[in-house]
Amino acid sequence: MAANAYPPTAPPGQPAWAAALDTRNSAWWQDLVMRVVVMAGGISAILFIVAIFGFIASQGIEFIVHRLDLGALLTGVRWEPTVEPPSYGALPLIAGTAFITLVAMAIAVPLAFGAAVYVGEFARGKQREWLKIGIELLAAIPSVVWGVIGLHVMKPVIQDLFGVQVGLNVLNAGIILGLMAAPIMATIAEDALKAVPDTYREAAESLGATKWQVVWKVVLPHARPGLSAAVLLGIGRAFGETIAVLMASGHRLMIPESIFDSAATLTATIAAELGEAAVGGDHYQVLFVLGMLLFVITFAINLTADWIVRGRRRQA
Amino acid sequence: MVTAGPSPVAAPPALLTVRNLSIRYGDKVALQGVDLDVRPNEIVGIIGPANAGKTSFLRALNRMDALVPEMQVDGTITFAGRDLRDVRNLYALRSRIGVVFPLPVGLPLSIYDNVALAPRLRGVKARSELDGIVERSLRRAALWDEVKDRLKSLGSLLSGGQQQRLTIARALSQEPELLLLDEFSIAIDPVTTMRIEEVLKELRQELSIVLVTNLVQQARRLAARTAFFLGGRCVEIIATELLFSGGAKDQRTIDYLEGRFG
Repeated sequence: MAANAYPPTAPPGQPAWAAALDTRNSAWWQDLVMRVVVMAGGISAILFIVAIFGFIASQGIEFIVHRLDLGALLTGVRWEPTVEPPSYGALPLIAGTAFITLVAMAIAVPLAFGAAVYVGEFARGKQREWLKIGIELLAAIPSVVWGVIGLHVMKPVIQDLFGVQVGLNVLNAGIILGLMAAPIMATIAEDALKAVPDTYREAAESLGATKWQVVWKVVLPHARPGLSAAVLLGIGRAFGETIAVLMASGHRLMIPESIFDSAATLTATIAAELGEAAVGGDHYQVLFVLGMLLFVITFAINLTADWIVRGRRRQA
Repeated sequence: MVTAGPSPVAAPPALLTVRNLSIRYGDKVALQGVDLDVRPNEIVGIIGPANAGKTSFLRALNRMDALVPEMQVDGTITFAGRDLRDVRNLYALRSRIGVVFPLPVGLPLSIYDNVALAPRLRGVKARSELDGIVERSLRRAALWDEVKDRLKSLGSLLSGGQQQRLTIARALSQEPELLLLDEFSIAIDPVTTMRIEEVLKELRQELSIVLVTNLVQQARRLAARTAFFLGGRCVEIIATELLFSGGAKDQRTIDYLEGRFG
């Protein structure tokens, strides 16, 4: 095409400014160095996680290789490590963990989502700021304080309210864990709501939608991946919590049959027994196997959360 | 064959040459086999309907494929005699090629700092020099008179049209050799658009411009040559004068110009 008939390359006499394109200046090198530095920070997280898993595995490896019966461990109903002969059936601990987590989520999800929607969508100005500060403070309360509340506040309340003998039970631990997990879930959920563009709200409101209709039809659906992630991270938090459940659950090593039964969790059992188990003995090693189990479950939960958020983002 | 403008023999070499450029995003082909030159001090217009590949074309010129993982660029782009893929300092390249996106991006800095950002990044520290660059860039973008008394206020608080002119001022603060404008007037009122067009005509003395526009008349007012993109292909590139005096060779170009397009 004649309109394009120009020599494609520059002549020998190139413009002076073009030399900069061939020169790696200090900013270029700074960029490279900082890339390496921040990459080291990013990779360190992976290194630590691998190292921790390696440590846990190494402590239990001898038992895993020679004596582990995974079926018996996962389905055995008797956890009697100090009886002769010992029995390592972790089902009571798994069931206790699952049951307490379930109760905790039944309490935390409505609380956290309610708080997030109110703070994010309805509250304005000073009120909103104060509520946010309150939620953040609530998230910062040490877990041992929650344990004490379970032990001394919730216990008599549950006993009186439901007329049960034992106040340290699944319900108590579930309430405590639910209250602990709710603030962090509310914070993440509110971030998810905040990420919904205001133009969506304005577009819906311009159609005459009420505030609640906007929240229900537009904001929440768009924020769903973030909200799912909030729930899963709350579950992870409830799963991993140790001291507060140890204090509030009653720590009974049997499968709980109702929310008024005492129960024990995986984490609490590790914390309670590791100090007394002979280092390198079977009991010690089994506790590390429980640790690996916890690790795998938490890992799976977090991966799922990640997958939900990413999968959704790719669709959008 | 159509010959446009002065004889090619006397003309300087192209600032930018594009040969057989194809762009894919994953499996989706956005652009295919485009050849285009931009000469020094020339405004090249690119017109065409949505999804013609106009924006992807501009992205490739600024090596934005380095930022978009799924963007795959094939073909050869040469800028100032250098193959874009072999440029040792990509950041220096970008500082020579200014881009203005369709939607204004007022960075959350003061108006002054928005315009002074790029000069500062390349090491300009003297206050008087910065003052000079800021004022000249804002004047060129037809924004100076409106903001000269509040240079310290936030750039992101300006109105849409003002932010777009701020974006243009920022692009000009680099003294680029090539300015890529992607439907710059989409958020600007007609009066301001005309003022900026006047500025672009003056800028032609100093740099080259690739102007992607939805407004056929804007290409007519500004561009020496105009390319018509359609469905990821460059249908034709032709002297603008010829294009608007019935010189288009391709029926699709004629249809588009006359608004017969569906």
